[in-house]
Amino acid sequence: MAQVMMKDLNKKYDEVHAVKDVNLHIRDKEFIVLVGPSGCGKSTTLRMVAGLEEITAGEITIGDRVVNDLPPKDRDIAMVFQNYALYPHMTVYDNMAFGLKMRKFPKTEIAKRVGEAAEILGIQELLKRKPRQLSGGQRQRVAVGRAIVRHPQVFLFDEPLSNLDAKLRVQMRVELKRLHDRLETTAIYVTHDQVEAMTLGDRVVVMKDGWIQQVGEPLELYGRPANRFVAGFIGSPSMNFVEMTIAETNGALWADTPGIRVKVPPASAARLGPYKGQRLTLGIRPEDLRVATGSDPADYSFDTVVDVVEPLGSEILLDVKAGSNVMVARVDPTVRAKLHDKMRLSLHPERVHFFDLKTELAI
Amino acid sequence: MKKPIAGGAGSAAPVEVALPHSGTSQRRALTGLLENERFLAFVLLAPTVLLLGLFIAYPFVMGVWFSLSDISVGNPAHFVGLRNFVKAWNDSIFRTAFWNTSFYTFWATIFKLALGMWLALLLNRHFRGKRIVRASMLLPFIVPTVLSTFAWRWMFDPTFSVLNWTLYKTGFIVAKLPFLSNGDWALWCAIAVNTWRGMPFFAITLLAGLQTINTDLHEAASLDGANGWKRFWHVTWPLLKPVTVVVVVFSIIQTFSDFQLIYVLTGGGPANSTHLLATYAYQIGVATGLLGEGAAISLCMLPVLFIVVWIQLRYLRRLEGA
Ligand SMILES: Nc1ncnc2c1ncn2[C@@H]1O[C@H](COP(=O)(O)OP(=O)(O)OP(=O)(O)O)[C@@H](O)[C@H]1O
Ligand SMILES: [Mg+2]
Repeated sequence: MAQVMMKDLNKKYDEVHAVKDVNLHIRDKEFIVLVGPSGCGKSTTLRMVAGLEEITAGEITIGDRVVNDLPPKDRDIAMVFQNYALYPHMTVYDNMAFGLKMRKFPKTEIAKRVGEAAEILGIQELLKRKPRQLSGGQRQRVAVGRAIVRHPQVFLFDEPLSNLDAKLRVQMRVELKRLHDRLETTAIYVTHDQVEAMTLGDRVVVMKDGWIQQVGEPLELYGRPANRFVAGFIGSPSMNFVEMTIAETNGALWADTPGIRVKVPPASAARLGPYKGQRLTLGIRPEDLRVATGSDPADYSFDTVVDVVEPLGSEILLDVKAGSNVMVARVDPTVRAKLHDKMRLSLHPERVHFFDLKTELAI
Repeated sequence: MKKPIAGGAGSAAPVEVALPHSGTSQRRALTGLLENERFLAFVLLAPTVLLLGLFIAYPFVMGVWFSLSDISVGNPAHFVGLRNFVKAWNDSIFRTAFWNTSFYTFWATIFKLALGMWLALLLNRHFRGKRIVRASMLLPFIVPTVLSTFAWRWMFDPTFSVLNWTLYKTGFIVAKLPFLSNGDWALWCAIAVNTWRGMPFFAITLLAGLQTINTDLHEAASLDGANGWKRFWHVTWPLLKPVTVVVVVFSIIQTFSDFQLIYVLTGGGPANSTHLLATYAYQIGVATGLLGEGAAISLCMLPVLFIVVWIQLRYLRRLEGA
């Protein structure tokens, strides 16, 4: 059990500055997820915690020890690799026991711990097999088993589910979550899948180009993204962005662009004051758009033309055009929509986001 | 009702069958023959079998026949049974040669494996100038053996030895070392040269093997608490074993039947003390002209190599099965 602190963490490869000034305080027992597009530095950050990459600058603390100069084996952490990294020549039992053997645990203790882990993960029958005789999901479990037998202070996961098929991934995701609730070990989990990030993380760290973009609880990231990147990255399908001009009419602020004209919700109006007469980006999630009915206020509605209809069963995704602006709306499956239909959409006034055009920060 | 039935000539029903063109029928017969797997296999294998038979089986059979005869240069062969083998067995030089061959093979292979492994591990790391080192390491391997062995012979030369001169001038020795003039020394010198020449092959092959081992495994092992030596012993070595077995067997076969190196370096001397089976067989069979006896001596290599190969095959099969 331990907290992990990263202070002004930096990593430079020869030409690439992979991790930039990362500051992060991971609390004891917390399940934290690093998420971001490919190449954003997630793995590098994780590997620095593991001691597999040298730290260019900054400091990492695990528990109350600065670990910068500690070799991986002395950091008391366990890692699950993307391709599992099981020792191909050892049986499942030996794979799980290896770390304990290296640390000179007595045989009985090793057998007990491996037995426990195998039971938790439901792999008792596989102990005598070699990794090559296992399915992907079983290998995954063994890899997790190898990590938990050690009772480490911190678990590190580098995209552990990305080699599984979609169904198994969902199942293992649930199991990992249950496992964490049971073991209560601090965990750092790297993924590029925002659904995994949202469902697993107590808190989620969004990274891009080596920078941390935002740290927060899943719903916080969803509801109050700090910038345009986070807004677009979290949520699927992603948020619609429209560039608009802010203008004052009859004492109220309006956002305007050819094809769309909506009132700025009173909650945002004060913050948008300085943007009068300027352009900015309006963001609205597909699920915050709906087909307008008579009772919807006209101030928040606009006309569109249906461009593509994607029925998903539980919902329909409508790609629509308002003027030259393309948007996606997520609507009820009962909505009857055909190509080129005219459709009036209404947006949820409390869920509109505004971003500065230059800094891309949320306003 | 008309129903085209292929090959329906024998059927009783009055059915019209379109008779195939005679040209297509020939072609069809040929494709049919080629689709017959046994025929195809025969056609494809025939050239290989012929070549192997001509250049390997025939000389081999002749060698066996010679070894059982009293043939010598200019005299026809008469069957003499195992007399050549008995004679070899009672010949002290043959025994020395047999012992030398085993000794030479044993130590040269161990050194080549150890140094080759060390080099491979070194080259598997990242450092500046790695490519140059890797390329230059191959040098001993690509220089013709006769040429490089001549260079070594010069370095070991009783009068002009560079090694002696250097050691003497730097004060390590006070008397010249008898590199090639003492039988024991000479054999060790041969082992050294063989190691020098064969190490690159080990290093390159083992390096290729090392590069197939996922680096994640090493990282996982280091997180599991294994230090450098334990990572080698528990991860690298077991995964490298199949490759190692193959190169070792390969090298044993080559070293056990080595000829050029001894022939150039010592010629079997001094006083026949450094003969290997191959050089001794040559001396008896070709230089002296007793072809029968020479054939018998060289055939003595066969059972040893056969056992080595057999052990290797068994081992590899077990690995596959596991
Ligand atoms: N050994 C290395 N040498 C040089 N550059 C590297 C090295 N490892 C990673 N990088 C670079 O550092 C950056 C961050 O890489 P990293 O592996 O952390 O990305 P990631 O966020 O894990 O991406 P992914 O989701 O694809 O795994 C990338 O631009 C990558 O090209
Ligand atoms: Mg990665």
